[in-house]
Amino acid sequence: MFEDLIYVLGKYDTWLWRGFLLTMELLVISVTFGTILAIPLAVARVSKKVWVQAVPFAFIYVFRGTPLIGQLFMMYYGVGQLISNIDGIQDHWSWVYLRNPYWYCLLTFVLNTSAYVAEIMRGGIQNVPSGELEAARACGMTPWTTYRRIIFPRMWQMIWPAYTNDVIFTLKATSLASTVTMMELTGAARKIVARTALPYEAFISAGVIYLIIVYTLTFGFKGMERYLRRNERRKDKHSANTKALPT
Amino acid sequence: MKNWIKVASAAAIGIALSASAANAAWEKVVIATEGAYPPFNMVDENGKLIGFDVDFANKLCETAKIECEIVAQDWDGMIPGLLAKKYDAIIAQMSITEERKRSIDFSDYYSNTPAVFVGKDGMSIEAYKDGEVVEDALDGLVVGVQRSTTHANFLEDNFPSVEIRMYGTQDEALLDLTAGRVDATLADSGTLEDWLKSDEGKGYGFVSNQFAPSEWFGDGAGIGIRKEDQDLKEIFNKALAEMLENGSYAELNKKYFPTINLHPN
Repeated sequence: MFEDLIYVLGKYDTWLWRGFLLTMELLVISVTFGTILAIPLAVARVSKKVWVQAVPFAFIYVFRGTPLIGQLFMMYYGVGQLISNIDGIQDHWSWVYLRNPYWYCLLTFVLNTSAYVAEIMRGGIQNVPSGELEAARACGMTPWTTYRRIIFPRMWQMIWPAYTNDVIFTLKATSLASTVTMMELTGAARKIVARTALPYEAFISAGVIYLIIVYTLTFGFKGMERYLRRNERRKDKHSANTKALPT
Repeated sequence: MKNWIKVASAAAIGIALSASAANAAWEKVVIATEGAYPPFNMVDENGKLIGFDVDFANKLCETAKIECEIVAQDWDGMIPGLLAKKYDAIIAQMSITEERKRSIDFSDYYSNTPAVFVGKDGMSIEAYKDGEVVEDALDGLVVGVQRSTTHANFLEDNFPSVEIRMYGTQDEALLDLTAGRVDATLADSGTLEDWLKSDEGKGYGFVSNQFAPSEWFGDGAGIGIRKEDQDLKEIFNKALAEMLENGSYAELNKKYFPTINLHPN
């Protein structure tokens, strides 16, 4: 077992390394653009006007309600196939990009992530205490200023743990990219199994790398959470001090 | 550590334990095929496994007078599934290669079809000529191939700078060939010929010579079995020899491939 593990790591380290890089690339881009896209979606989602709410609602409903692998196949084989049938497209300069599975993968992951994050954000926005909103209005803040100075900071504070969770979820979702020929970490492990018929060694190697990524992510996000909640901590310290005072 | 894993894998597929116990005397053998490699093995509209490999397996069991059950298994998990005793044999056009022999054993070969490139009519690829790999033959092309196959290994070992896309099944590679997302695909001539005859295959053809250097492609496809099951290997080899002699193999060959001799020597 251990000899085999060393054999796998020694011979196929470049495959695992390249897989790791692609996994990280997919994760970072999906989460970044997914989050940016989620903000307007979430804001529209909490609108009181039905026609503003309807579009993000439908979008979120579809992307949360169907399996990610189905979305990926729809995008890659469905949309990709339709695009390839357009007359002359295969001679156009853009074909180099349109034929590449990378963009279909990224687009699917970005849209999927944005649907989940938008729904988390909606919960955050709706949970901002109404007193704070009234206070903002009383100070004469415009809706935009209220969002910028009150709602968004409060929202991030509240949704951060759920958001962390979603980033980890997205990390694992990227493993589906190997079904449309993208050789990320899971794809690399599968390729090693194909070569060596050593499933335990290959998947354990990939699994350990995933665990290290998750550990690092959790560590970083915890630090960010502490930063976001810095004002609460100060309050806690204060109340602790008052309690400690002799009566 | 090894024992722990054995126990875990046995527990994970509890059914396998009882199955392997019953198979100890080889009264009933579970055979796996892929079901996605027409016309060798595929699934009909009722979800039933059909194809050359399935007919061959049934005939083989009939000749050997053992009861057989044929199950479908994804190509990627074929060898791990055999080792985990989910089934006892693989009849799925698996080429006998040195690499695979490190983990499993094979019967004598039961069919042998060379590899060939398929692409748009008019294309020409000379990747293997006069017993030599032509290293620049695929430059600038995107080539699709099924993952975990001898064809994938051949491409990866010999054309490291070429863009190779790996698919779970050969069907997906062909789907992307017609969508223009890969320029060519390398696979078994038997399965590709079948596809070329279909509607989707119009406008495409064999674009290279047929080749099968044994360094990568082994010596034909064999029945995969676990190393410890030498008695089963004997049973299969005997039945195979009998089929070749009494003409029932030739009959099957003719049914699926009127123009190709699957068992040349």
